[in-house]
Amino acid sequence: MLDIQDLHVAYGESEVINGLNLSLKKNEIIAILGRNGMGKTTLMKSLIGMIPSKSGSVKLEGKELFGMQSHERVKAGLGYVPQGRMIFSTMTVQENIETGLTSTKETEVPEDLYNIFPVLREMRKRRGGNLSGGQQQQLAIARALASNPDVLLLDEPTEGIQPSIIKEMAHTLKEIRDSRGLSIIVSEQVLSFALDVADRIIVIEKGKIIHDQPRNEVDEEKVSSFLSV
Amino acid sequence: MFADYTWAELGSIFAMQGFSGLILFSVLLLMALGLAIIFGQMGVINMAHGEFMILGAYITYLTSNLFSTYLPELFDAYFFIAIIFAFIGTFLLGALVEWTLIRHLYKRPLDTLLATWGLSLILQQLYRTIFGPREVGVTLPDWMMGSFQVSEMIEVPVNGMIVMVITLFITLGVFLFLQKSRKGKQSRAVVQNRAMAGAVGIDTARVDRFTFALGCGIAGIAGATFTMIGSTGPTSGQLYIVDTFLVVVFGGAASLLGTIASAFSISQAQSIMEFFLSGSMAKVLTLLTVIVILMLRPQGLFSLKVRR
Repeated sequence: MLDIQDLHVAYGESEVINGLNLSLKKNEIIAILGRNGMGKTTLMKSLIGMIPSKSGSVKLEGKELFGMQSHERVKAGLGYVPQGRMIFSTMTVQENIETGLTSTKETEVPEDLYNIFPVLREMRKRRGGNLSGGQQQQLAIARALASNPDVLLLDEPTEGIQPSIIKEMAHTLKEIRDSRGLSIIVSEQVLSFALDVADRIIVIEKGKIIHDQPRNEVDEEKVSSFLSV
Repeated sequence: MFADYTWAELGSIFAMQGFSGLILFSVLLLMALGLAIIFGQMGVINMAHGEFMILGAYITYLTSNLFSTYLPELFDAYFFIAIIFAFIGTFLLGALVEWTLIRHLYKRPLDTLLATWGLSLILQQLYRTIFGPREVGVTLPDWMMGSFQVSEMIEVPVNGMIVMVITLFITLGVFLFLQKSRKGKQSRAVVQNRAMAGAVGIDTARVDRFTFALGCGIAGIAGATFTMIGSTGPTSGQLYIVDTFLVVVFGGAASLLGTIASAFSISQAQSIMEFFLSGSMAKVLTLLTVIVILMLRPQGLFSLKVRR
């Protein structure tokens, strides 16, 4: 589905991602774990094209994305839920989702999006900025799903969200994956959420993958030792 | 200062000055609408906004000459065609300026001030070279001249009414466009968070160009209506640019409603005080009031209340 080969991303001289290889299968959920500053967000931003990559290749179903701008990548089939949610705070919930429809020919928000997140239907006339953190997170996911992506990128979706909702989110993400045939990459610091949601657990450190195992073979002790400071 | 007038006279003075204030309001509002999009929403300090307006006025002047020479039988209607030409002309120049200049400066908003100031000087000199340093005026068709006699002392000029009707329609149009249309929603998303708008699939470069050009196009319409109440010279735009920025800042940068309210209060205060005091004294008082209000309320009259 998504093939990342020898990806290098740098801010000026300092290289944050150096030579990362990763391949995501169809319907697979990968959780990328790592401490702060290890390149999780940089990897996500470079995949969606918010920051340019230096070299390497990112292929989505055989189509090369390297060098494309963000909106072209969305059209090619990537969906992105950023860290901190970054919804358009002065626009209503409905308008927020509508921005996600840009790359499709749709003009109306599809009903099934509201069915996944019923709270958004209730709040569709409210300004996005007035929603709670958890509701904003749902909105950010709905907005990304509106463009009908094949691969969904989520950057630290649990940040600033209360534990009961985190459990629910893991469940919702798996449901979306099953109903829409999505593949998902989620970057995370919370190990329990990653174990809940993912089929494969990856740990990155200094821009390189240092650990890669399927969910059912994961040694929790070992992974959490990677995450402790 | 009121003592020399009778009540009836005072009433008429307020009505007449109020009406001429409404005309000033219309021109200010049209100017400010464009700038509210370019400065208020996109954050580009467009010092050349007045020159875009003047371009619209010159295009109207050219259209009126064209009609009186080649199509005198359609002269009565030339003005409406001139508005369309003025919009298209300034829209295209705006798109060109965005592509060559502005798009490189979104990350350095203060530099847009210098760049567009330079552009404004270049445009002024261009106008001087092409149209000459003397002011030009357009001939209005007969039906646009004259005035309604409302009472013995109050008369209302027809061209003023037309200016106001045009302003009403353009304001409504801009408002509906930004709030309801697909393109308008996209441009609101882009001005709010350019990187994120790209990441939900919006072609931000195209939307930016369109938004900037639209703001310029509206300035062009302002210029076209301006020809009905004043004559056009290469530097006429300079007279309005300060007031226009004042209106946008005073109204609250991101709010169209605020722009309307502030254009209204500034132009009315200006126009009514002008009758009793000298023009410059009226300006001083208006400016002082605005500055005091902005010190108490830096975000302007209206601002959206949301968590950021």
